[in-house]
Amino acid sequence: MSRIAARFAQLRAEGRGALMPFIEAYDPDPATSMSLLRCLPGAGADLIELGVPFTDPMADGPTVQLAGQRALKAGGTLAGALAMVRDFRREDDETPVVLMGYLNPILSYGEERFCRDAGASGVDGLIVVDMPPEEADALAPHAAAEGLDLIRLIAPTTDDERLPRVLAGTSGFIYYVSIAGVTGTRSASRDALAEAIPRVRRHTDLPIAIGFGIRTPQQAAEAVQVADGAVVASALIDTLAKSLDEKGRARPDTVRKVLDQVRELAESVRGARVPA
Amino acid sequence: MNKPLPNSLRQGPDGRGRFGQFGGRYVAETLMPVIQEVEQAYNAARNDPAFMAEWRRLLKDYVGRPSPLWLCERLTAHLGGAKVYFKREELNHTGAHKINAVLGQIMLAKRMGKPRIIAETGAGQHGVATATACALFGLKCVVYMGATDVERQQPNVFRMKLLGAEVVPVTAGAGTLKDAMNEALRDWVANVADTYYCIGTVAGPAPFPQMVRDFQCVIGEETRQQIMLAEGRLPDALVCAVGGGSSAMGLFHPFLDDEDVAIYGVEAAGRGLETGEHAAAIAGGRPGVLHGNKTYLLQDDHGQIHEAHSISAGLDYPGIGPEHSWLHEIGRVTYVSVTDQEALEAFQLCSRLEGIIPALESAHGLAHVLKLAPTMDKDQIIVLNLSGRGDKDIFTVAKHLGETL
Repeated sequence: MSRIAARFAQLRAEGRGALMPFIEAYDPDPATSMSLLRCLPGAGADLIELGVPFTDPMADGPTVQLAGQRALKAGGTLAGALAMVRDFRREDDETPVVLMGYLNPILSYGEERFCRDAGASGVDGLIVVDMPPEEADALAPHAAAEGLDLIRLIAPTTDDERLPRVLAGTSGFIYYVSIAGVTGTRSASRDALAEAIPRVRRHTDLPIAIGFGIRTPQQAAEAVQVADGAVVASALIDTLAKSLDEKGRARPDTVRKVLDQVRELAESVRGARVPA
Repeated sequence: MNKPLPNSLRQGPDGRGRFGQFGGRYVAETLMPVIQEVEQAYNAARNDPAFMAEWRRLLKDYVGRPSPLWLCERLTAHLGGAKVYFKREELNHTGAHKINAVLGQIMLAKRMGKPRIIAETGAGQHGVATATACALFGLKCVVYMGATDVERQQPNVFRMKLLGAEVVPVTAGAGTLKDAMNEALRDWVANVADTYYCIGTVAGPAPFPQMVRDFQCVIGEETRQQIMLAEGRLPDALVCAVGGGSSAMGLFHPFLDDEDVAIYGVEAAGRGLETGEHAAAIAGGRPGVLHGNKTYLLQDDHGQIHEAHSISAGLDYPGIGPEHSWLHEIGRVTYVSVTDQEALEAFQLCSRLEGIIPALESAHGLAHVLKLAPTMDKDQIIVLNLSGRGDKDIFTVAKHLGETL
């Protein structure tokens, strides 16, 4: 069983949902980013999304854009993100790590070589934002060969006719984009999610995580009341960004501040009741 | 007459929106449904005689088409080689070729019931054309423009405002066309229900490269008829500057199957290809995925996109339309490049010899004509797409010539 499947099975047995924090690899520098990655499971992360910096993140709002720019300035690359996961795996063989980013760095690395190296580094899944199922054929066979889950995005605009086609090649879990918009801008209402998630569930048995617009412990708890996981990105990156000095460098308490917030979110997620 | 090639090069794209390996639809899931909606609406519209008749009426009575094909006698004499003709797209309403495709797209948006239009712009020509069409159709218009470009294209920024558009300066990245396109895509994701994204070039996710090309083909179709009337034969060479490449594709496409017509696309070499500060995606890039399509891109070894550089804001883009990438790979079109300096010289020469101040974009095409014509015989013919007028560029040019206005 893959780490992702094992983790969701374990959470289901415990009767709770997953907290999935997102951090951008190399933001604001490799050491701080690595230290965050290492400490996330201890602070309550059930799965981790590691962002791969890209110059033109067209689905991201200002917060993640700036994180990407800091990461690129610090030398962040796809190869660097893979190296972080490799280091992380020396200490943690259970917490699933999903790489999230855009297609061009993968094409540049070479699809087959990338999947091989990702698998060998201990990456469990891939979210490629600008690769809809219609364009996945160059990557999907290599990902499958390495046991990497290709996690698809489902949006509020994905209608019932399109849903089965998007779900067809998906494994691991479903990433439900809760708003029509970019990251870190608006939040979906509780009612909207209560309507949207069952619609997706009718088409799949895979776990569903909700992302885009989950900022507070309260929102994270609401998300795992209707779905199986909550992704928190911009709210954590905002905390990280605010902790930096005037030159954009990490301060001694940068890691602690982000981890404190992860703990609050985790506590709230663990206290939320999930339907059986 | 030239015999047609056995297999037409005018069939693309395929059902997946691809030209060979290029093109496609690389966008976030949120946009996929609306992009498919645009494709269906476009396919219905182009097969609707009433829609096409209305577009033709606008081109004739509002834009002023057909645009003339001008024999440049003084320039021809000066170069001492092939006869040079200008296809005078700069005489169109709003001063460039952009309006051809914008009117078609805004009619489509209206047909789709989208009351809000967004656009990206580099030089401002596409933004002005979009603002113009939105004024004509009574639609709300928001134009994203890189902050650097807002600075260097002030007259067009003011024009757009006069036309009732909101101009949003984009400060991300280097603040040029690439960043404006990112921001327009983000806007579209967030406002997908009521908004149509009027893309200004033959790039972006399918069906945009095909749709913009189809509308711009009016340039090449007219050129064909006009040169047959004037010379009784097809030209020996076509030349056009290429940023995204909509003016070039519009001129080239109707001639792709005429194998005796040599075709040259001119990329911006900026400060020189060897300096790395240029916008020549084919000469200095390799295939990758950006802004919804696979195409040649300026990028580093890690797949990060480079900032482009060109004196011409309209060419200052690290990619090129996917059909151009394909035409390059199959060898049908020859892509060459011209530096800022060469374009500046052509800009001045054109002004003095023909009394036409060209856009800096078009001056890149002309700079290649200056090299090509003298190598050809006097009975040969070159057609340059003079895609835009240069009024918007006089401040930039003055600055480079050390003059203050």
